[in-house]
Amino acid sequence: MKLVYFAWVRERVGRTDETIDVPDGVATIADLVRWLKTRGEEYEYAFENEAVVRAAIDHVHARPEASIAGAREIAFFPPMTGG
Amino acid sequence: MATIRIQAEAFDAAAETAALAQGRGDIGAVVAFTGFCRDEDGRLSALELEHYPGMAEAEIARMVAEAETRWPLKGLTIIHRFGLIRPGEPIVLVLAASAHRRAAFEAAEFLMDYLKTRAPFWKREHLIDGTTGAWVEAKDADDAAMERWG
Repeated sequence: MKLVYFAWVRERVGRTDETIDVPDGVATIADLVRWLKTRGEEYEYAFENEAVVRAAIDHVHARPEASIAGAREIAFFPPMTGG
Repeated sequence: MATIRIQAEAFDAAAETAALAQGRGDIGAVVAFTGFCRDEDGRLSALELEHYPGMAEAEIARMVAEAETRWPLKGLTIIHRFGLIRPGEPIVLVLAASAHRRAAFEAAEFLMDYLKTRAPFWKREHLIDGTTGAWVEAKDADDAAMERWG
């Protein structure tokens, strides 16, 4: 599964994207965030306030409880400030 | 019927309006909104806009489809720029065309509220002293503006 990061989430994680093998038991966006935070302090920093970071599954906004089964690309990013 | 473009280049709102209405006898109203880069009282040299390629186009296409179910629209143009944008330059264009003004006004406002809160773009400040400033924080007022559409 491909993970992509944008704006200050990208800067905190220190990379634009990565490919991961999702461990057993990681079923939702919230599970994935919990697992990522165990991978190092850069992830802990990026997700220190989990309620702020938004997610998308295959280019569609997704809530923390959304299932990641079958997802090809999951994105994490701050609240949007376009327009 | 909708034109959606995500681009680095500037755009010409008048030319886009003319293109939307050209040869059309059924359009009675085009509402145009252009958003510009401010210098924040001389503090900024530019705004840098990052976006999520692929999702930006997809999300805007979804908001266009939603607008088309809510109002009887005759055409829509949405252009959103990315990259480094200087004060006074345009960032975003929304054109909403309809037979009558009310649908065009409302759809343009809906689409801007939606773009502000749902389209995957992020602004970062570049300061007049040459340094890179902070990421712009999302405003609660923008969320409230979106939520009133239900």
